[in-house]
Amino acid sequence: MAIGWYLAVSAIVFSIGAGGVLTRRNPLVTLLCLELMLNAANLALIAFSRMHGNGDGQVFAIIVMVVAACEVTVGLGVIVAMHRRGLIIDVDELRELHG
Amino acid sequence: MSEVLFFLAGSGAIAGALGVVSLRNAFYSVLALVCHLLSLAALFLLLQAQFVAAAQVIVYAGAVMVLYVFVVSYIGQGGVAMQMTGRGRIGGYLFAGALAAELMIAMLGSGLHAISTDGAKADAGFGDPEQIGSLLLTKFLFPFEAASFLLLIAAVGAVVLARRRGGAIDDPAQPVLSVMDMIRDEHLGTMAETVNAGEGAQPTIGRSS
Repeated sequence: MAIGWYLAVSAIVFSIGAGGVLTRRNPLVTLLCLELMLNAANLALIAFSRMHGNGDGQVFAIIVMVVAACEVTVGLGVIVAMHRRGLIIDVDELRELHG
Repeated sequence: MSEVLFFLAGSGAIAGALGVVSLRNAFYSVLALVCHLLSLAALFLLLQAQFVAAAQVIVYAGAVMVLYVFVVSYIGQGGVAMQMTGRGRIGGYLFAGALAAELMIAMLGSGLHAISTDGAKADAGFGDPEQIGSLLLTKFLFPFEAASFLLLIAAVGAVVLARRRGGAIDDPAQPVLSVMDMIRDEHLGTMAETVNAGEGAQPTIGRSS
């Protein structure tokens, strides 16, 4: 398969993830959509790595996976802390910093 | 053969992504993301990235998704409004459509002629753990070490954020029972006995000989 097809899949998944981040109100699902966007970027990195026959893109993809794991850990910690404090788990209702 | 596998895995990835965005229950969204990640691992295998595909299955579909499942079952679905209403939602979908159109235009109008080929000729060891490991430990040593520090900081941060504040463990009114109370003889004149006698309480903990 031509590399362009993989890039097309990557672009579609990235757009779906961006739409989900903008429309969903549950922060858990927002984190899931962020994962979608990061994974789309990973697919593009690996497709370009295959295109050039060079392993650097795969190392980038692994680093992106590490960063995504850290983001998930801290994000889920924040959500659990919100739940413990009895706050509403909804990104539109959290407006303590709104001024 | 590779075309059939590509279309199967690609449609699985897109269907999983649509499921994550559109399903009402957050638990089903997590399961759809697992489907998406497994399809993506198949795509990585088609691109000869064996090590990344294995890491994707083990780290993402294994560890990270288990974390998600635990948090979703801990928090539950209690009264969470699922989607935005009205103008914000339409705007979000419009933005996503515009982003997809822009990315497609960028790809079709790309000056990279190699994206319409099957890629450069790869040798046999392309993408195997040996190549990734030698790259990580020579050319990309600094990002590797930085990633390990980042993981450590994230682990500590998650524990600090999600720990139990107050509660029975940190309550100073509760007597703290230590191992020494069990193995210490009575009437030795220790500081713990003095504190208990000063409060008018008999030292009840401890082995009576």
